[in-house]
Amino acid sequence: MNTDAAGLGKGRAVAFVLPALALIAVFLVFPALWTIYLGLTDYRLTGLAAANPQVVGLDNYTGALEDPRFLTSLWLTILYVGGSAIIGQAGLGFTLAWILRARTGPVRRIVEGVVLLSWILPSTVVGFLWFALLDRDEGTLNALLHTPGFAWLLDYPLLSIIIFNVWRGTAFSMMLYAAALENVPPSHLETARLAGASVPQQLRDVVFPRIRRHILTNLLLISLWTFNDFTPFVLTGGGPEGRSEILPVYVYRVALRDGQLGVGAAISFLILLINLVFALAYLRLLRGQRRQQEVAAAGGPPA
Amino acid sequence: MIRHVLGRLTATLFIAVTLAFFTLPMLWLASAPFDDTPTITTSIPEFTLRNFAAILDNPYALGSIRNSLIQGGGAAALVVALAALAAYALSRVRVPGRDALLYLLLLLSSVVTGTAAMVPIFELATRLDLIDTHLGVILVVTGGLLPAAIFILKDFMDETPTSYEESARVFGASPLQILRHIVIPLVRPGLATIAVWALASVWGGFLFQFILLRDPEKAPGSVILYTLYTEGGAPRLELISTFSLLYSLPVVAMYLFVSQRYGFRFHGGIKR
Amino acid sequence: MRFPSRPAVIAATAVLILTSCGTGTDSGSGSITLTIAANSIQGGKNSESATWIKQWVIPEFEKTHQNVKVLFQPSGVDDEQYKTKIALDLKSKAGADVIDVDGIWVGEFAQAGYIKPLTDVGGPAVDQWEGWSQIPQAVQGLGIFDGKKYGLPQGTDGRVLFYNKTLFKKAGLPDTWEPTSWQDIIDAGNKLKTAGVPVPIQINAGTAMGEATTMQGVLPLLAGAGSEIYADGKWTGASQAVKDVLGFYQQIYGGSGLGDPKLQQEAKGRDKSFAQFAQGKIGILAESDYFWRSVVEPNAGVAPMKDRDQVVGYTRIPAKEPGGGIRGQDHVSMSGGAVRVLNPFSKNPKLAWELLAFMHSAAATKSQLAGQVRISSRTDVNSEVLTADPMLKYIADEVLPTTAYRPGLAVYPQVSTALQEATAAVVSGTSADEAASAYQAKLEGLVGGAANIGG
Repeated sequence: MNTDAAGLGKGRAVAFVLPALALIAVFLVFPALWTIYLGLTDYRLTGLAAANPQVVGLDNYTGALEDPRFLTSLWLTILYVGGSAIIGQAGLGFTLAWILRARTGPVRRIVEGVVLLSWILPSTVVGFLWFALLDRDEGTLNALLHTPGFAWLLDYPLLSIIIFNVWRGTAFSMMLYAAALENVPPSHLETARLAGASVPQQLRDVVFPRIRRHILTNLLLISLWTFNDFTPFVLTGGGPEGRSEILPVYVYRVALRDGQLGVGAAISFLILLINLVFALAYLRLLRGQRRQQEVAAAGGPPA
Repeated sequence: MIRHVLGRLTATLFIAVTLAFFTLPMLWLASAPFDDTPTITTSIPEFTLRNFAAILDNPYALGSIRNSLIQGGGAAALVVALAALAAYALSRVRVPGRDALLYLLLLLSSVVTGTAAMVPIFELATRLDLIDTHLGVILVVTGGLLPAAIFILKDFMDETPTSYEESARVFGASPLQILRHIVIPLVRPGLATIAVWALASVWGGFLFQFILLRDPEKAPGSVILYTLYTEGGAPRLELISTFSLLYSLPVVAMYLFVSQRYGFRFHGGIKR
Repeated sequence: MRFPSRPAVIAATAVLILTSCGTGTDSGSGSITLTIAANSIQGGKNSESATWIKQWVIPEFEKTHQNVKVLFQPSGVDDEQYKTKIALDLKSKAGADVIDVDGIWVGEFAQAGYIKPLTDVGGPAVDQWEGWSQIPQAVQGLGIFDGKKYGLPQGTDGRVLFYNKTLFKKAGLPDTWEPTSWQDIIDAGNKLKTAGVPVPIQINAGTAMGEATTMQGVLPLLAGAGSEIYADGKWTGASQAVKDVLGFYQQIYGGSGLGDPKLQQEAKGRDKSFAQFAQGKIGILAESDYFWRSVVEPNAGVAPMKDRDQVVGYTRIPAKEPGGGIRGQDHVSMSGGAVRVLNPFSKNPKLAWELLAFMHSAAATKSQLAGQVRISSRTDVNSEVLTADPMLKYIADEVLPTTAYRPGLAVYPQVSTALQEATAAVVSGTSADEAASAYQAKLEGLVGGAANIGG
C-alpha cells in the first residue's frame, strides 16, 4: 500500500488523475459552488425574483432553521439514516456476509442474486414494486397477512420507508463486508472458537479490528447516499402530512414545487454540513476504538 | 455441538426469511405484466401477452431503452475508465491530503445530484451546447458518480497486493505494461462491479435526464416510464408494469453477464 | 445571474466534447423551423392532444406554408416538472416557439420576463385576429396578466358535485338533486351513511392531493362562503369565510363518518377516489368536468362506468346559504385551463403567431375536439360541439357564468399549499380555528407581512 510499485512516477500519476479531476471540476465542483452561491440569494424559478435575484446573505439559512417543518424533516432524516443505513443496511449486510462466508453453491448464489437484484433495479420501477406491496386497499402484504385495509404507508410511514431502504441498499454493505471478511484469516477464527469464544466475542476480538477501515468506508458511503435518497418520494410523497418528508423530499418540494431555488440550495448546503458532521463522528469513533485497543494491547492480551 | 447445530439452524432460518423479504416485492414485476387486467395486487395472472403488444405500440418505448443503453453505458464506461486511472494513481502515489480531498468531492457530489442544483446544471449544459444530447446527460451524471467511484476503487486498489507489480518491475516491465497485464486483470471484478453500479444509478435517474433532453426520441426509459399516466395523473398499470419489466431486463442481464464473467465483488482474485 | 467564466469552462471541456459526436441534426436547407411544446405525448399522458398536433396541426399548417417545417416537442410528466423545464428553457432564451402552459403560470412567467404580451411578439396581426370575438371575456382572462394578453386560452372547465344516483335512490334521496346550501350536502351525506354507503362524501383535502384539494375543495367552498383567495391586491387570511370552509371540512372528516380521512392522506388518494366512485362506494364527489370526460367515461376512462349516463348525476356547488356566495350568488364554481403562449425569443415571431392563431382557429379547435368532447375557448365551436354531451353543455350554460379563477401570481402555489396544509390539519383532528390561525401565520411569511392580507 502507498508504494509506487509499478514505478508510475509523479508525472504519470498526475496524468492519470487529471481526466477525472477535469470532468469533476467542470461538472461537479463548478455547479456545486454555484448552487452554494444560489443559497445566499432569494432566487426563484419564476416571478419577479427570477428576473432580478438579490443576495440575501444568510436569510435562507436562518429561515430554514426557524422552520419547524425543516427541523422535523431533519429529525426524520436522522432517524431514516440511522435506522435504514447504519442499523439496517450495515447490520443486515454484515450478517449476510458473515453467514454466507462459509457457504458455497446455489443457496449463496441465490441469496446474493436476489439481494443484488433489489439494488440494481431502476429506482423508478422499485417505487412501484413497493407501492404494490404496501398499498392499503390492494397491497400484496395485506392480502398475505389477511389484514385488509391496514394502511402501512399512512400509519407507519417512516418505518415503511426505512424497511424499504434496507431492502434497497443492503447489497452494497453485503458485498463490502464479504470482501472485508476475506481479510480475516480463518485460522484465527478457528483458534478463537476452539478457545471457547462465542460468536459475539469472535466478532469483537478477531473480526472487527481487522475490518475497521471497511466499516468506515461503508458507513461514510451509505450514510451519504441515504441522506440524499429521493426514492421514498415515490412511495409516500413525503406524507402523510410530512411524516416521511426526509430532507431530499423537502428540498424537492421547496425547490421544484414551490420554485424557491435559493432556499433549496441553502438546504442542500446544510445537508452537506450535516454529512460532514456524520463523517467526523465516524472517524472519531473508529479512531477512538483503535486507541482503546492499543491501550488494551499494551496491558496484555484480553482475557 | 448442540450450540453448533442451533447456530446452523438459526442461520438457515435467517436465510429463508431474508430470501422471502427480498423476493416478495419483486413478485408484482413477474405477475402484473402478464395479467389481463393488472391491479396493484400481486396475483396469479389471467395470462395474456396483450400488454406487451400495447407497450410496443408506444412510439417511444423501445427506443427509450436503447437511449438508456447509450447514456447508461456511456456513463458507466466513462466512470470506470476515469475512476480506475485516478484511483490507481491515488492508491500508489502519495499525495498529501488526498483522503480529505476525496471526501470533500464526495460531499459536493451530494449537492450536485440534488434538486437544488438543476439551474446551475442546466445553465452549464446550455452554455456548453450540451442540451438535448446524449453526451450532455453522460457528462453530467458522470460528474455526480465519479467521486464515489474513485473512493470505492481506491479502497479496492489499496487492498490489492503490490508484490506482483514489484516482481514484474524487477523483470523489466514498463509501468504501462504492468498496468495492462497485471493490475487490470487483478482489479477486474471491482471495475465490473463499479460499472454495474454506475449503470444502475443512471438507469433510474429522472430529473436531469428530463431537463437536459428535448427530443423524446432521445429520452431514456426512466423518463418514458413517467409518461405512462393519464391527464389526471392516474397510472396506466398495464403499461407501467410491462414497461418496468422490459426496462429492468438490460440491467439484470448486465449483472448476470458480469457476475458470470468477472465475479461481482469488491475484492481481487488473489488474496494477500 | 451571469455566468462568470464562460470561455474558461468551454476550454476546459472542449477536449471532452471534441472527442465525442456533435449535436447537429438540423437538416435546414434554407427552410424555417417552428417548434411546438406541450405536456402531452403519444402513447402516454394526454395522448389525444399529441396525436392532434402531429397528425392534424403540423400537416395542415405545412400545407399552407410551403417553406416551413413544424416540429413537435412532447413531454408527458407531472405539471410541475414540465413547468420547470419550460421555465429553464425560457430563462436561457431558448425553447419552442409555441408553448403550452397552464393559465395559472402566466403571471409568474410574465413577471420573470419569460413571456411577453402577444402583440409585442407577434406584431399588429395579433389584435386583428378573428378569434378574439369568439372567446368570452372571462375565458380570455386565463391568458391575461396585468391587463395584457399573454396567451390564447385552449378551453376551460368547471367544478360540480357528482353523485351516484343508485346510492341516492337507496338512501331515499331524489334522482335530480339540487342542494341549495352546505347543510343540504351534509344532510344528504347523513342519509347516505344511514343507508350504508361506505364513503358518503368526498371533498378533496390534504397535501397529498395537491392542487386538486385547492381547486376541488377549498376555493369553491371559499367562493361559497362569499370570499376569494386574492381580491383587491390582498390575500385572504384567517377570515370568517376561511374558518367556515375549514369548519365544513371538520363536519365531514372530524369523526362524523361522512368522509374517509385516510383517503385524503394517501399518495394516490385522488386516483382511489375515482376508483371507489366507479365501484359505487362514494355517494357525492366534488370534481371538475374532467371526471366526466376522462374518468368515468364508459370506454376510455380511467375508472370507466358503463352506465355513466344513467347512474352519474351532477349538480352545481351551492353557496353556504342561498345568496351567500361571491357576488351574492346561489351557486359557485372554480375554473382553470391551459393557454398557449409565444416564445418572446422566437427567431420567427410573426410565423409563430400564425401557427398559434392557426391552432386556435375554428377548424383546428373542432378537429381537436373530434376525439373527446370538452369545453373549448371558442363559442362558435362550443355551440356546435357541446350539444353532443348534456353534461358539458350544463357546465357551459349553468356553471361557467358563476365561476371564478385563481390569481396568477408567483406566490400562489405556496398559498395553495398553505391552504392544503390547513385542511390536512383539520382532517387529522386540529380544530378549524387553530388550523386557520396556523394558516394565517404561514401566509404572513409567504406574502410579505400582514399588510398584504385582508380580513
